[in-house]
Amino acid sequence: MAGTALSGRLSWQLASVVAKHNETPRVITLRLASEVWPEHLPGQHVDVRLTAEDGYQAQRSYSIASAPAPGSLELTVEEIADGEVSPYLSEELRPADQLEMRGPIGGYFTWTEADGGPLLLVAGGSGIAPLMSMLRYRAAAGSDIPATLLYSSRSWEEIIYREELDRMSGDAGLRIVHTLTRSHPDDWDGYTRRIDTEMLEAVTSSLAANQLAYICGPTQLVENVANDLVGLGYPPARVKTERFGPSGG
Amino acid sequence: MAGNFISRGFRGRRREDAATAGRVPPGQYVTPDFPVLSAGPTPRPNMAAWDFAITGAVGAPRRWSWEEFRALPAETVTVDIHCVTKWSKLDTTWEGVSVDTLLADVKTAGGWVTAFSDGGYTTNLPLADLTGGKAWVAYAYGGEPLAPEHGGPARLLVPHLYFWKSAKWVRGLNVMTQDRPGFWESLGYHDYGDPWREQRYQGD
Repeated sequence: MAGTALSGRLSWQLASVVAKHNETPRVITLRLASEVWPEHLPGQHVDVRLTAEDGYQAQRSYSIASAPAPGSLELTVEEIADGEVSPYLSEELRPADQLEMRGPIGGYFTWTEADGGPLLLVAGGSGIAPLMSMLRYRAAAGSDIPATLLYSSRSWEEIIYREELDRMSGDAGLRIVHTLTRSHPDDWDGYTRRIDTEMLEAVTSSLAANQLAYICGPTQLVENVANDLVGLGYPPARVKTERFGPSGG
Repeated sequence: MAGNFISRGFRGRRREDAATAGRVPPGQYVTPDFPVLSAGPTPRPNMAAWDFAITGAVGAPRRWSWEEFRALPAETVTVDIHCVTKWSKLDTTWEGVSVDTLLADVKTAGGWVTAFSDGGYTTNLPLADLTGGKAWVAYAYGGEPLAPEHGGPARLLVPHLYFWKSAKWVRGLNVMTQDRPGFWESLGYHDYGDPWREQRYQGD
């Protein structure tokens, strides 16, 4: 698979916006097409650059949410209220527009079958995006590597990819556990609190040894979960983290 | 591709004002927050066993325990920092030991350094970028002990390069006679990392 080595210059390229849809009230997904886009590795990101008419530019990084595919990729973007780039992507950008980007970037927070498992994926909010790329890749590859996703959302309505995750949860070897931290439906019988040590212990106790863990979400969630997993006996080198700082944009 | 593409409908909101003019490198934005980025769990070292070491191509290795390290002459510096993930933070105040102080009695013919950390992180720098009042091993931020998630008990501080060069949880400097890529430098990030030349990735 291409995309691991970043030899040579990582050039800016123009991608076309093929489609755009709402995931939740504050989260959209953009499908982009680019003839020169190589297959990425699940977990990698791209840099996006916006240029105003007076030459002013702004850049941000976004994780790739889609399974690897040459020529095509999807970015899932949460709109940050006082942000600069995410409101443009959410509200202004539309199909047939072009978007300047470069990538794929990052070679550590990545997973393919060759990395083995079993997999423990822990996500908070829009931190699901790079983990969804891993799950979509796993499904497309027909992998039988066992995987568990523990996903923290504020409410049922804010679960990103909810229907697709529901469909996936029937896949062999895949277990999906949600927790809803602010509000939940009346008939909800799942977790209703922030991820804590007790929850991690309950979710991971039945898992095989030597899990490979990937955690992505807000800083405090990632910090707490990583510390808890080390406390539960995970070797630190088997716990990979990607954090969305409070700044975003 | 660069140079003539305009993002339809993009105006941009954060322009330089008088306070930040000339202080924000290309592609960066100023944040009042202090985001945390690291590839794995935060190490929790046993301070009784903690030391800071100068190793490698040196006449005689040096080593300081935590108490000895804290007894070294300290400096307080206020600097701007720039993360490759696009945020910059202005006027950050740190307290720590100048690398000049740590290398004062060290003789070496080496020109490169690998900074190494608890948790296995490494980053490479030219020795010349660590000397001459340009780099510190910092143990306090904003007047408080450096928080573990920000690299405490001590991190390297090399503010003129992208912040991944300022290794968190640093435990020493290994001096070398040739350059060797560190953790992120082996994963496609730039070998040197000058934010003013926007050296984010290999080939930039």
